[in-house]
Amino acid sequence: MKLKYLKNVATLNLDSDKCTSCGICLDVCPREVLVEKESRVVIQDRDACIECGACALNCPFAAITVRAGVGCASALIKAGLTGGEATCGCGDGGCC
Amino acid sequence: MAFQKIDMQAPACCGPSPMQNTIADAHFITGRLAVNGGEVPLVSTRLNWRDHWGTWKVRWDINRMNYQVQPGLYGVGNPKADSPVLVSANYKMSFDYLRRELGGIDAWILVIDTKGVNVWCAAGKGTFGTEEIVNRIAQVNLAGIVNHKTIIVPQLGAPGVSAHQVKGRSGFRVVYGPVRAADLPVFIKSGMKATPAMRKVNFNLIDRLVLAPVEVVGVIRPMSIAALILLTLQVAGLMTVSWAMVYPYLGAIVAGTVGFPLLLPIIPGRSFAWKGWLLGALWALSVIWFKGWQWDTWHSILQALGYLGILPAISAYLALNFTGASTYTSLSGVQKEMKTALPAMAIVLCVGIAALGVGFFVK
Repeated sequence: MKLKYLKNVATLNLDSDKCTSCGICLDVCPREVLVEKESRVVIQDRDACIECGACALNCPFAAITVRAGVGCASALIKAGLTGGEATCGCGDGGCC
Repeated sequence: MAFQKIDMQAPACCGPSPMQNTIADAHFITGRLAVNGGEVPLVSTRLNWRDHWGTWKVRWDINRMNYQVQPGLYGVGNPKADSPVLVSANYKMSFDYLRRELGGIDAWILVIDTKGVNVWCAAGKGTFGTEEIVNRIAQVNLAGIVNHKTIIVPQLGAPGVSAHQVKGRSGFRVVYGPVRAADLPVFIKSGMKATPAMRKVNFNLIDRLVLAPVEVVGVIRPMSIAALILLTLQVAGLMTVSWAMVYPYLGAIVAGTVGFPLLLPIIPGRSFAWKGWLLGALWALSVIWFKGWQWDTWHSILQALGYLGILPAISAYLALNFTGASTYTSLSGVQKEMKTALPAMAIVLCVGIAALGVGFFVK
């Protein structure tokens, strides 16, 4: 059963002009967001994207963009309060 | 290249090997392999009570940030020049969960320095990354040990690793292995082929439950402070603290830290804060029912309102924090949630506290 989070928030984008359908993104995505349809790689389930950034980082043709970041409420709250950047603070009871 | 197993009892020759710092003795090292004038520790593929105890402790957040294995090259079985190379984080739990699946397999394990953090979190931060892998490959002189040019990186390392950059800088091709180490034997046997199921991360009941202890431990500090305050008030004669007074709040905390992970999929809604609020509201209604309050006095109405304001807010906040531990939330989603959830929680909490406060003085 695939758990679903909020709809229409993911910042994932695939530039089909740059994409060569090499398929590496399919190997690294843990949520089956992308799929190969008729020899082309397409986004099939954008709402399942967790913005981990694996696809964008591993695309040799820079065809994928996504705003990856720490998806952790406590890190974001802390960052909001201290005015710093959200990180998975290790050693201070953070989310790691 | 033929490698020669070294007798554990014999002293290491000529000091630290040129390819890596000598790895300190650990209980899981079963022998050492002489390689290129140095040694590679061989590790057991069986976990013993020390390993299980260590895992238990970190699940309860005891010494979780300092449970490490020394980075470097290790081996399992009887690794040879053509044996596969598996890359691991140096969080000991990651290392244990990897080696216990490798019974009967000859392989090298390249442990990289992730500062004791697990693969996925470290990848998100970049510490399980291109830079560290490239450097570690050079540091252990991997090219001089294996006769192939492939390393198997766990799939969840991908957010931090650029496969094509590793290839360009080290000459080693990255093959992404399955998400779960348990699938490695089949993966290796089938010629490094992963099924779609091997590449998918789930979040089933057990996955969620093992995270609950850390959530519980996380609230112990604020709870202890609250307990201290109550104790002081009791001792000063300002208040009598009873189980009847305290259990509604404990229940809300249990709902948010244990109930929520347990029931996550069946609670309506997508937002964690909303789902947590629903769970807390259910608890609040149960408490009101337990207390047998009649809706005829202002006192009981205000008490009920107080609980409805405060208890679900507690559960909602705790549930919101679970976003950091869950495997299917996104930064964009959490940001969107928080925009409405935090102000809403603050408002109902204030209304609840006000209601309780007024109710205290009213009959």
